[in-house]
Amino acid sequence: MEVTLPILILSIPLFMFLFLGLVGGKMSHKMAGILGTLGMGTTMVLAYITAFTYFFSGSPEFIDPATGDRLQAVIFNVDWLQFYENLVIRIGFLLDPISAMMLVVITTISFMVHLYSNGYMRDHHGVWETGFQRFYAFLSLFSFSMLGLVVATNIFQMYIFWELVGASSYLLIGFYYTKPSAVSASKKAFIVTRFADLGFLIGILILSFYTGTFNFTDLTSAPVGENIYQVSLDAANSVKGIFENSAAPMFMGASVLTWALVLIFMGGMGKSAMMPLHIWLPDAMEGPTPVSALIHAATMVVAGVYLVARLFPLYLMETAALDIIVVVGALTAYYAAMIACVQVDIKRVLAFSTISQIAFMMVSLGVARPEFHHGIGYMAGMFHLFTHAMFKALLFLCAGAIIHAIGSNNYTEMHGLRKFMPVTHIAFLIGCLAIAGIIPFAGFFSKDEILTACFGHSIVWYIWMSAVAGLTAFYMFRLYYLIFWWKEHKVPQGHHQPHDQAWTMTLPLVLLAAVSCVAGFVPFGNLVTWNGEPMFESSSFLTNLEHLDWSVAAISLVVAIVAIIIATVMYKSENKMPEKMAQALPNLWRWCYHRFYWDELYMFITHKIIFNGICKPIAWFDRHVIDGTMDSFASLTNKASYAIRGLQSGNLQMYVWWYLIGAVLLGAVTVICLI
Amino acid sequence: MFSNILIYFVVIPVVMLGLLAICQNIKQIRAVAVTGSIALMALSTYVLLEYLALRAAGDTSEMLFMGSWEWFVPLHINLAVGVDGVSIAMLILSSIIVFAGSFASWNIDQPKEFFLWLILLSTGVFGFFITIDMFTMFMFYEVALIPMYLLIGVWGSGRKEYSAMKLTLMLMGGSAFLMLGLIGIYYHSAPEGGQLTWNLLEIAKNDAISTGWQYFLFPMTFVGFGVLGAMFPFHTWSPDGHASAPTAVSMLHAGVLMKLGGYGCFRVAMYLMPQAANDLAWIFLILTGISVVYGAFSACVQTDLKYINAYSSVSHCGLVLFAILMLNTTAMTGAIMQMLSHGLMTALFFALIGMIYGRTHTRDIRQMGGLMKIMPFLAVCYMIAGFASLGLPGLSGFVAEMTIFVGSFENSDMFHRVLTIVACCSIVITAVYILRVVGKLLLGPVQDEHHRQLTDASWWERVSTVTLIVSVAAIGCFPNFFANLIRFTFDPSFFRALGL
Repeated sequence: MEVTLPILILSIPLFMFLFLGLVGGKMSHKMAGILGTLGMGTTMVLAYITAFTYFFSGSPEFIDPATGDRLQAVIFNVDWLQFYENLVIRIGFLLDPISAMMLVVITTISFMVHLYSNGYMRDHHGVWETGFQRFYAFLSLFSFSMLGLVVATNIFQMYIFWELVGASSYLLIGFYYTKPSAVSASKKAFIVTRFADLGFLIGILILSFYTGTFNFTDLTSAPVGENIYQVSLDAANSVKGIFENSAAPMFMGASVLTWALVLIFMGGMGKSAMMPLHIWLPDAMEGPTPVSALIHAATMVVAGVYLVARLFPLYLMETAALDIIVVVGALTAYYAAMIACVQVDIKRVLAFSTISQIAFMMVSLGVARPEFHHGIGYMAGMFHLFTHAMFKALLFLCAGAIIHAIGSNNYTEMHGLRKFMPVTHIAFLIGCLAIAGIIPFAGFFSKDEILTACFGHSIVWYIWMSAVAGLTAFYMFRLYYLIFWWKEHKVPQGHHQPHDQAWTMTLPLVLLAAVSCVAGFVPFGNLVTWNGEPMFESSSFLTNLEHLDWSVAAISLVVAIVAIIIATVMYKSENKMPEKMAQALPNLWRWCYHRFYWDELYMFITHKIIFNGICKPIAWFDRHVIDGTMDSFASLTNKASYAIRGLQSGNLQMYVWWYLIGAVLLGAVTVICLI
Repeated sequence: MFSNILIYFVVIPVVMLGLLAICQNIKQIRAVAVTGSIALMALSTYVLLEYLALRAAGDTSEMLFMGSWEWFVPLHINLAVGVDGVSIAMLILSSIIVFAGSFASWNIDQPKEFFLWLILLSTGVFGFFITIDMFTMFMFYEVALIPMYLLIGVWGSGRKEYSAMKLTLMLMGGSAFLMLGLIGIYYHSAPEGGQLTWNLLEIAKNDAISTGWQYFLFPMTFVGFGVLGAMFPFHTWSPDGHASAPTAVSMLHAGVLMKLGGYGCFRVAMYLMPQAANDLAWIFLILTGISVVYGAFSACVQTDLKYINAYSSVSHCGLVLFAILMLNTTAMTGAIMQMLSHGLMTALFFALIGMIYGRTHTRDIRQMGGLMKIMPFLAVCYMIAGFASLGLPGLSGFVAEMTIFVGSFENSDMFHRVLTIVACCSIVITAVYILRVVGKLLLGPVQDEHHRQLTDASWWERVSTVTLIVSVAAIGCFPNFFANLIRFTFDPSFFRALGL
């Protein structure tokens, strides 16, 4: 493949960032919006061409003509920073099933958000928000970083862009920087993910120290041609061999490779908001809603999942690490789903729902084994990543439209909006059906594959995740009814009624809703598998339907429908039932409402222990002990000089007296020595 | 003598001094300062290009542009010059910071005297980096230190007399150790009764100093230079000194002078006494490891902008010495890159703090807030400096720190591993204190209504900050150029002497 397209895909957003960032202030708001959207639109088209070429051109650099396996193609790879002989950080472009899929996801959602923000970042009178140009510049920066992350050819490139997406997320969460809550939310997001990245970094250091390489293609694949590789277990096995033959293969009861993989996963936990590093994501909702849709629902937060998928063959070598992923994912999924059932702020509900859904993907990767259905868990995780990006972005953009119309995040201010915002209503409903897993919407297929994978791994996780799926359907429909049903609030005199929005906002909703309806039919099994080997002989629009495991699918459908019925009964119209439920389980309800007090715990650790317990004592120690010692040297010298300055009196008799004493003493010493 | 290009690094500042002495008004002074610093920048760029050309042509001698002139024959003191990749990197750094510093002190009181002392200081700095004769090196070192006393004492703010005295005395204390160490090296430079020498390269080539003496002299020189490199527990001059110093002096001091410490540790202590460096590294690794986290933790609770940055410098400069002591190419390359990176970004920080202080007349972050609304240009620059400091890719801090961490991790024993991981933790703590300042100072609501009338940066301030930001970004985006410049220095010369 030519390098032009890939280079353009990365450089257009970067250029837009620099351009809008440097001269955006000089141009009109409208111009900046149009330019940003056009730039992203172009990138999207280019990314589509690239992805379609990869998947469907049948070119031998992308697909093995003999076996039909999909390959990894390194389009370009330039040295960026050399450490020693072989250890080099490169910036490159790796095209393989998951990166091609991510190109599509990122550019699609990013374009929708760019378009949508043209309408969202204005008030009802069409007045642009201050910093509108800056907003587009940051969106472009984010898109650039995220694209760079997914096409990384080596783990250090991924880390570089990983940090950059973190920074753009910081800038965008804190977009309303005069608001203290936004500032502290952005700070929290950055620091929590930074802490996780420390683990990631140490993991990279361990991995590269033993293997002497950062390249994914060296770690997980075998070369089959010039710059063409195929994922292979043998490559991962030889990496494992390097670790096993090293001087100290074990550390504290686990192999060093396990440690490295778990530490790397810690980075993923931070970015993907897995428990206990999830606390930043709900707060990140302080950012403008399009940002939440793009960064904190569809793209950046799945970077952790992507990271695990990228190193999946290595994880297969150490199933202990995979087990940790499953446990973390399953706990997080359940926890977040419970919290989502009681939140008032609709963006928070969606945020917790995101956490829960990402945890689904994590679990799916964790239970994937090549022996079971070609590693269906891997495919399902990626599939869910894809469908989730579409319907969650849809839900967030709907929420944005509602918030834009109402001016508040809380459902208590909403109610009964289906009459005023029919388009948003339908779009939101489609999103809810998709996430709840109702056939034929997107989420049904991907979630069903995940449950199948869980089923193949262990019945415990299958039941557990099915329960979470039920909760998902319940809290989403609770939200849906609370927003769109119930009796509407009276509109105060002088205010106009909430209504559907400008076309720039409606169009993305309609498009994403359409995608959410059909995305489930994408034959993922033939496009994205852990080693590129297609799962089915042939693929068509109905492949997914034909290969459904109906025993699993029927149960999950029943669970979802029952959950929706419960939600309908409880929340369709105002009644006492939710209150009664809360009173029946007061402690559980309180803990869920306060999100299990994680924030308070972290507050305690950071403020009481680290700030007051470490930083302040150290600062005190520095001023009073270290500096005090230095100062006391000075004052001692001073005092000593004061003490002996009396000797320098100018009094001649004294001088003679001292001279005599000295002479006598010296004489005495000489005499003693001579004797 | 004047056919050697390096000598002009001293000649230009001396000529500037002469011109400054006859200047009549502030315009002439500015003209001299700006032209002179541009000349220095051009010179260092020219030397860099020549150096690369010579290396590309296959010149593998340890140092290039060598020259030596007798100065005081009875003691074999020469003015010996020569540069390698490391010194060139430092020369470039110094010239950029002198340039930015001249613009940052555009409207200083008593400009003539100020610039005289400032340029004298830079003479010392440039002289230090080009010499390879220990005695001359030490002389230039002192020339760079002494003006600091007056610059802080006269043009400073706050408790300036106290701080100036403290800074000078502590650094002089370090110098005393250093002098002893250097004289010791001189007297042991010819164990078999040959000619004694101050020349670094000759001593290294002969591997002259016996191991026993190395154990004695290494700590002397390392601590002597380490004081200037803000090594724990000899760092306390730094917060007070920086807090009281005027803008350009803080910039030069943190940006360049503190690098003299790291450079000296590397060029004299490590290079001449590899055996002791290898055996005693653990002591200093612990001390510098403490510096790294200790400085960062201290910075978290400070409220004065300059104190925050001074403690941050303790942390970042600690990383320089830490990496040098790791004794491998990668870590040392990282150390030199960290010097470059820290020099540029801390100069940027101090420039911006000076500009903000000049407007708000306070450096207390509790009394300021929302400056982003009032002076967007300065605020954005501050944010970029902050990002560079916390190691955002694309800016210089990231590449330097990553090189250091990767290099440090090559030492696979438990002791080095634990220290490396402790040092890695600093990236989190750095993020905490940087974002704390950014959040309080730049973001949030405007704290003081009087601040609303303040103006944004003037053109000379923009020149100063943009120069530094461009340099920071250049290193961050194209690190391989600098990394290779530095790395290939070590391969032929350094590790042969180190015997590793």
